[in-house]
Amino acid sequence: MTATAERPATTIFRRPRSKTGIWSWITTVDHKRIGIMYGYAAFAFFIIGGLEAILLRVQLSQANAEFLTAGAYNALFTMHGTTMIFLFVMPASAAFMNYLLPLLVGARDVAFPRLNALSWWVFFFGAIFLYSTFFFGTSLPPIGPDAIPGNLPDGGGPGSFNWISGSPDGGWFGYQPNAGPFYSPGTAMDYWAGGLQILGLSSLISAVNFIVTTFNMRAKGMRLMRLPVFAWMTTVTAFLLLFSLPIIAVALFMVTIDRQFGSLFFAATAGGDPILWQHLFWLFGHPEVYILILPAMGIVSEVFPVFSRKPLFGYSAVVFAGAAIAFLGFGVWAHHMFASGITPVAQAAFGLATMTIAIPTGIKIFNWLGTMWGGRLRFTTPMLFAIGFIAMFTIGGLSGVTHSIVPSDWQQTDTYYIVAHFHYVIFGGAVFGLFAGLYYWFPKYSGRMLDEKLGKWHFWLQFIGFNLTFAPMHWLGLQGMVRRTWKYAPEMGLEGWNQAVTAGAVIIAISILIFMWNWARSRRRGRVAGMDPWDARTIEWMTPNPTPEHNFSEPLEITKLDHFWHLKYDEDEEGRPRRREDADAMLEHLEDVGNNPREPIHLPSSSFFPFLVGLGVPIIFYGIIYHTSIAGKALIVGGILLILASCVGWGIEPVDEPHYGDHDEEHGEEPVAEEGELVDD
Amino acid sequence: MTDVAHVEPVHEEHESTGVPTLKLGMWIFLSSEFLFFGALISNYLLYSNRAGFEGLYPAEIYDIPFTSVSSFVLLMSSLTMVLAHNALSRGDQHGTRTWLFATAALGAVFLGGQVFEFTEFIVNYGMKLTSNPAASAFYVLTGFHGIHVAIGVFLLLSLWGISHRRGGLSEKSGLNVEMVGLYWHFVDIIWIVIFTVVYLISLPPA
Repeated sequence: MTATAERPATTIFRRPRSKTGIWSWITTVDHKRIGIMYGYAAFAFFIIGGLEAILLRVQLSQANAEFLTAGAYNALFTMHGTTMIFLFVMPASAAFMNYLLPLLVGARDVAFPRLNALSWWVFFFGAIFLYSTFFFGTSLPPIGPDAIPGNLPDGGGPGSFNWISGSPDGGWFGYQPNAGPFYSPGTAMDYWAGGLQILGLSSLISAVNFIVTTFNMRAKGMRLMRLPVFAWMTTVTAFLLLFSLPIIAVALFMVTIDRQFGSLFFAATAGGDPILWQHLFWLFGHPEVYILILPAMGIVSEVFPVFSRKPLFGYSAVVFAGAAIAFLGFGVWAHHMFASGITPVAQAAFGLATMTIAIPTGIKIFNWLGTMWGGRLRFTTPMLFAIGFIAMFTIGGLSGVTHSIVPSDWQQTDTYYIVAHFHYVIFGGAVFGLFAGLYYWFPKYSGRMLDEKLGKWHFWLQFIGFNLTFAPMHWLGLQGMVRRTWKYAPEMGLEGWNQAVTAGAVIIAISILIFMWNWARSRRRGRVAGMDPWDARTIEWMTPNPTPEHNFSEPLEITKLDHFWHLKYDEDEEGRPRRREDADAMLEHLEDVGNNPREPIHLPSSSFFPFLVGLGVPIIFYGIIYHTSIAGKALIVGGILLILASCVGWGIEPVDEPHYGDHDEEHGEEPVAEEGELVDD
Repeated sequence: MTDVAHVEPVHEEHESTGVPTLKLGMWIFLSSEFLFFGALISNYLLYSNRAGFEGLYPAEIYDIPFTSVSSFVLLMSSLTMVLAHNALSRGDQHGTRTWLFATAALGAVFLGGQVFEFTEFIVNYGMKLTSNPAASAFYVLTGFHGIHVAIGVFLLLSLWGISHRRGGLSEKSGLNVEMVGLYWHFVDIIWIVIFTVVYLISLPPA
């Protein structure tokens, strides 16, 4: 068993050893580094998606403006939505989950570290694949309903370098048959469908990993009902991903096969059913909404107790409400389809189901308010963002309930009222929550604090800009301004509010610039955080800042919810928290042991294979898009071979190799290590 | 694809639930796969007896006796899979090898049957992927099942290859055999549903 420890295991490559430099990042399996990469990638796409939104707003700031063509406008709102959902909010949440979940459950890494790296690389290459449509994709005029089903139009090859004409333009929801082969010929929508498929694969792998991590990697004494709420919400989100992604995977495969191989799932002229797409899409799409918001709810559930100096009010209610939201979230999808001609019974049922979601959501909101009630509040930047989250999310939630009333929804469908609603939920909710998390956990990542003064500028500008952008959309929508339309007539009287909206968008952009400046400066010159800068409650703060590679140096034994808090505080006679005398000594000890572990610690070794498997996935999808050519077929075969070969390499390399000759009984028991022996023999 | 964070545990009980991490991961993954096939089967049911399509419906040309035989072959492969795992737990290396190979072979026979069926439908009956939505749904559903079987055969042959090394499969590799077994049984269970719902129960429009 320990034989593998004495001689190097055979692998295709020499095992990557470097701890710094580009290769250390490409081959890393450290959940913290993977989280950091997710975070930076997500932020880059936040900027790109934001610039797309600014272009849209410039077009709408005047009636009958000629800034963008109709086609360019379609392309930009499609990519704005797709980018913000799949390339910004989801990976930004994944960044927090990756970085924090093992720390929150008291583990050294996730359950499957290399699969975790695979999730990241599949995401990374999937994002590149999706955006490569601007270079390779084509978006051609519709062929129309008279085209013969089963006789596919020629999609056109790569080489259209007009970046707007290469963009998908069927909306982030890709309604059929509009996004099908006859109304959206060209390859742009194939890039969209393939890109989403790849990104979904990445999230599915993450979901399995996070669920197993929460269930199986907990520290001693970390019972499920002692888990920090963010760990809970990560797990609930992972279950949502687990059960909703296969459905969108099927739907996207159907689109791809319709478009590339001439099947007739959504070809209305041949009897295919466009409503089927809507059902499948929203059966994924509505849980997706909770996939976006639940991690942010988890983040603010961590922030409120710390800055209120009180335990979370109704911990178990908050946890169960999160699970209830996820469960109910699977039963409300058709409220996106009230105007699609579903039966009155279905409308009534889905309307009622939608209203019930307000109950667990309300439970959460009141519990957060209850946490703050009577607490010693500290209005730090994370706290401000968390409070902003509650306020904005409540407005978005209330306008959401108005959609559950069917006749009212018919009036609102496809108007700016809907746009206002979901931006209040996703931007006012999820994004404010994510920023709360960024300010709160920045010391864990960098060892320094973000500047509070700049942070408050950022918060207030973003808060004002956000409301100036999205509040007027409510009344614009109720006055009849339709979504996804590039122009409105001057006599509609919509120009004034539209100019306010555009001004708001510019203010948001300025606030984000302030944040970027704050980040860049604080990362190098911010105040040094030291141990436990926020007087926090949960165990991730029992490690030094920045977090050492091995997370925890000593075994943990969790005895209570908010374990760390109870190590620092007991109660005086009146039940008020009283800092223990030895608290500071304990923090010093934790910092010392954390940075200088007493014994050598084994960590999973870096690997090239997640990168290579991830690289193979988009190659196959490029091949499918150009499958009629030899090059396309070669890409499919090449991609499959690359993945298979990488999987073999993955299988025969042990998870962890002792680095500097330190031997460890534990190590040899790893089953894959023995497969390494096989090749040795 | 074993990939367990086998770092020194920070905690004493390594697996908080007592279920091996790899096995838990496989169960979680398979729960997702059920929804994948659930969506595909729903698609088929939506279109299988919708009137008015051009061309033949799949339910008009099923060869039930033939598919029954190939279904029986696939079900028997679950038995041989169990026998392989059982042989390994008794330390019977020869038996393990034999039954692993038998499972892969039965899976390959099933795939051969599917290729024959598709060829028959396309060449003799002219029912293609592009004929009508019901045909599209049939080919995509059974095709994705076939891909799953093919991946299973690949995994089984990999195990079979590993079992030829000196010393054979170790007890620890038993977990890997169990993983492949779980996956294989899942693929079989899905086929039971497909065979019942898609082949036996569904009828073309009256």
